[in-house]
Amino acid sequence: MKCIIVDDEAAARAITKQLCKKIEELTIAEEFDNAIDAIKYLNGNTVDLIFLDIHMPTFSGFDFIQTLKNPPLVILTTSDKNFALDAFEYDCVVDYLVKPITPERFAKAVARIKERGVVTKTEEPVPTSLEEASTVGNDLYVNIDRRLVKINVPDICVIEAKGDYIKIKAEDKNYVVHSTLKKIEEKLPNHLFLKVHRSYIINTTKIVDIEDNSVLIKQDVIPVSRANRKELMQRLNLL
Amino acid sequence: MQLDSPNLSYIKELADGDTEFEASLITILKKELPKEKEAFIESVRLKNYQNSAEHVHKIKHKISILGLEKSYDFAIAFEEELKNDDPKQYETFLSILQNMEEFLKTI
Repeated sequence: MKCIIVDDEAAARAITKQLCKKIEELTIAEEFDNAIDAIKYLNGNTVDLIFLDIHMPTFSGFDFIQTLKNPPLVILTTSDKNFALDAFEYDCVVDYLVKPITPERFAKAVARIKERGVVTKTEEPVPTSLEEASTVGNDLYVNIDRRLVKINVPDICVIEAKGDYIKIKAEDKNYVVHSTLKKIEEKLPNHLFLKVHRSYIINTTKIVDIEDNSVLIKQDVIPVSRANRKELMQRLNLL
Repeated sequence: MQLDSPNLSYIKELADGDTEFEASLITILKKELPKEKEAFIESVRLKNYQNSAEHVHKIKHKISILGLEKSYDFAIAFEEELKNDDPKQYETFLSILQNMEEFLKTI
């Protein structure tokens, strides 16, 4: 089985590799310290299994799974026991390993894959596309897997540029879109949204507080560049 | 809190005689831990405790790799406290990191 490892921690990747070495059927094709690079890899490669860390900065393991159209099997690895229930909402998730992972527990997880039979799928990442996106009233439609998926624009909190992608963080869900901040900025109402940094557009109604060069939106601290601070302050209803 | 003593039991169990892996993992720990410690200290200095909790989350795996069971339980609790913007146990957590760094210097 061809596998990849996605984990931002080098020690964790080394341990997973070592555990895989002991199981003949597993071949590690690549390892990645972030989900975006893994998505790029999966654009041109197929794998049977992903060892995926849930807790990664900016782009979690769950976000990652949601970007895959037909995800391969996934074994989640995490230091947090609290996500177990969420994890099994995804059909592709075979097991949930809490770090530190013991060889016995790892072997049991791999055995579960064997129970499902040998897997050879063609994986196609789903990065969504804004090429056919359009706005109707309060809604922004993005093309996901040949479907136009509706995002309620006022629900969007933050949009972050991530290389060739943007991450749209809405109230209840995150979307990863193959596009640029410039393109989405054109689709958003100016009275709600403001580009505060070269990598961030925010919904100004979602601001919790503002500190020197940053704003807090939900639990995210968003940097505000000096050039954009003046316009942000002008938007606010200051006492 | 009385600190527990780091050990290599888990690493040796994983290595199962593979000395190359053992050395490689220890090198990674020696390299990653100081960086994660610095990032954690900086986040506390900036009072960005949500970010501090993220760092503790990552570091706690290393705590467990070095077999520090009591310290690991402490880190779980401290991570939750930081999520509630409570950094009171900062010094104790630093002493755990210090304990790990000193141990890594000896191997």
